[in-house]
Amino acid sequence: MSAVPSIESPKLELKGVKKRFGSKVVLAGVDIPVARGRSLVIIGGSGQGKSVTLKIAIGLMRPDAGKVFVDGQDVTRLGGAGRRRLSSQFGMLFQGAALFDSLSVWENVAFRLTNADGVKRPEARERAVAALARVGLKSDVAALYPGELSGGMQKRVGLARAVVAEPAIIFFDEPTTGLDPINADVINDLIVEQVKRLGCTAVSITHDMASARKIGDEIAMLNDGHIVWRGPTSQIDNSGNPYVDQFIHGRATGPITGGV
Amino acid sequence: MNPVRAVGRSSLGMLQTAGALTLFAGRGVAAALSPPVFLGQFLRQLGQIGYFSLPVVGLTAVFTGAALALNIYTGGGRFNAEQIMPQIVALGITRELGPVLAALMLAGRVSAAIAAEIGAMRATEHIDALQTLSTDPFRYLVAPRLLAAVLVLPLLTLVADIIGIAGGWSVAVASLGFNGSIYVKNTWDFLQAWDVGSGLIKASVFGFIVALMGCYHGYNASGGARGVGRATTHAVVSAAILIFAADYLLTSLFSHK
Ligand SMILES: Nc1ncnc2c1ncn2[C@@H]1O[C@H](COP(=O)(O)OP(=O)(O)OP(=O)(O)O)[C@@H](O)[C@H]1O
Ligand SMILES: [Mg+2]
Repeated sequence: MSAVPSIESPKLELKGVKKRFGSKVVLAGVDIPVARGRSLVIIGGSGQGKSVTLKIAIGLMRPDAGKVFVDGQDVTRLGGAGRRRLSSQFGMLFQGAALFDSLSVWENVAFRLTNADGVKRPEARERAVAALARVGLKSDVAALYPGELSGGMQKRVGLARAVVAEPAIIFFDEPTTGLDPINADVINDLIVEQVKRLGCTAVSITHDMASARKIGDEIAMLNDGHIVWRGPTSQIDNSGNPYVDQFIHGRATGPITGGV
Repeated sequence: MNPVRAVGRSSLGMLQTAGALTLFAGRGVAAALSPPVFLGQFLRQLGQIGYFSLPVVGLTAVFTGAALALNIYTGGGRFNAEQIMPQIVALGITRELGPVLAALMLAGRVSAAIAAEIGAMRATEHIDALQTLSTDPFRYLVAPRLLAAVLVLPLLTLVADIIGIAGGWSVAVASLGFNGSIYVKNTWDFLQAWDVGSGLIKASVFGFIVALMGCYHGYNASGGARGVGRATTHAVVSAAILIFAADYLLTSLFSHK
């Protein structure tokens, strides 16, 4: 299985992306096309550059070399108003949920609507409550503050915030870390459900294999600055790739030399 | 290491910081002076920076005014000029101590709080989240704080001026044998609008410094909780130093008037 499938007019594409910090090369040229409406999961060990890859894709970080395309448009250097317009078709669920403590749950969910899209508060609140319902949270949660919620509930609120404006591409950064297996599975189900409902393109990073299998149509493995394998989720167990085999079985010995 | 190289390297580093700071300030000011303005954030900061600083600024002013009165009374006594004490106290407070002390208190209270808050937001990906929610962090976080501090520090300084002079007055009346109403009249007749006005202009500049240092160090914090701690310290120290430097520059500019 080739590490770079040929995809006709991908929704999102990273091409030859390189990134280093000081002398440490994190990404040594990665190509990641993602087809419209598909869900790609990037797996890889700690410190292999998964978060950096995601940040570059969203435009929170600029690559040293290479390009990022959305709908075939080069958006690598896009800033200002153009970047804000582009971001309006993105949704992102952060690892720690990144909810604003000083705002109530519904204000968090409606943040983009009230602050960037100019939606009036009563309507924004209605839409926020509807989004919360979709992730299984009742309307009485809307008035609470993030500090009053459990980690699992915060993740759900973060998911509601990511989907409230019906994004075309949605990004998940380690959606299940810090959750117990049951809550992790609930989040996985919600992610699958929302991505299907929106028909959007999804890119997730995780090192939780159960989560990767559940939410990914495809899996790509990042190791040592390269995508070393990519293929359909169904083939992950017969990839014939020593990196993937070592990773999914969590073996200490193999081509991946831990120590990160 | 070669000493010339060491000096070169550290001056390059300083230039780099100065450049980054100027760019940061420019983006902040541009965001503050153009719509849209996040009114809710601005009002919140007015409260945080202004209202909640009143107690510390007031206490500092009353004690400094009182101590200043005692010192000037003693000093004046050496020339048999104790009677001009009220005028000197008023001048010292309005032109210099009111704005500088209020600003230093805010450097401790507000720069630190801003750096800690924005630094924590950086560490927990809140700033990234703002950007993915199509909201410019300069508009949402930096501009309201800059605006609030620039507007509020002159008001706090005015309060410090009044309380500071009142501090001098109480010592003078209580233990130095001054007549209360004559003290007030002498102060009032002596003070010129520019004494107070120049202090308020200084205060505005200091307010900008206080908020800018908090925002800059918080925004650029890296490395988790320790990074936030470092950012807080740097914010307070650099705000204090810049306040003193700006105070000297502004005073020498104003004294040609
Ligand atoms: N802003 C930064 N400045 C310097 N180095 C960074 C920065 N961001 C990431 N790195 C480095 O880049 C490397 C990859 O980091 P990244 O966060 O992408 O790893 P990851 O694959 O997401 O790991 P994890 O699974 O632990 O989250 C790490 O060595 C990290 O120290
Ligand atoms: Mg990561």
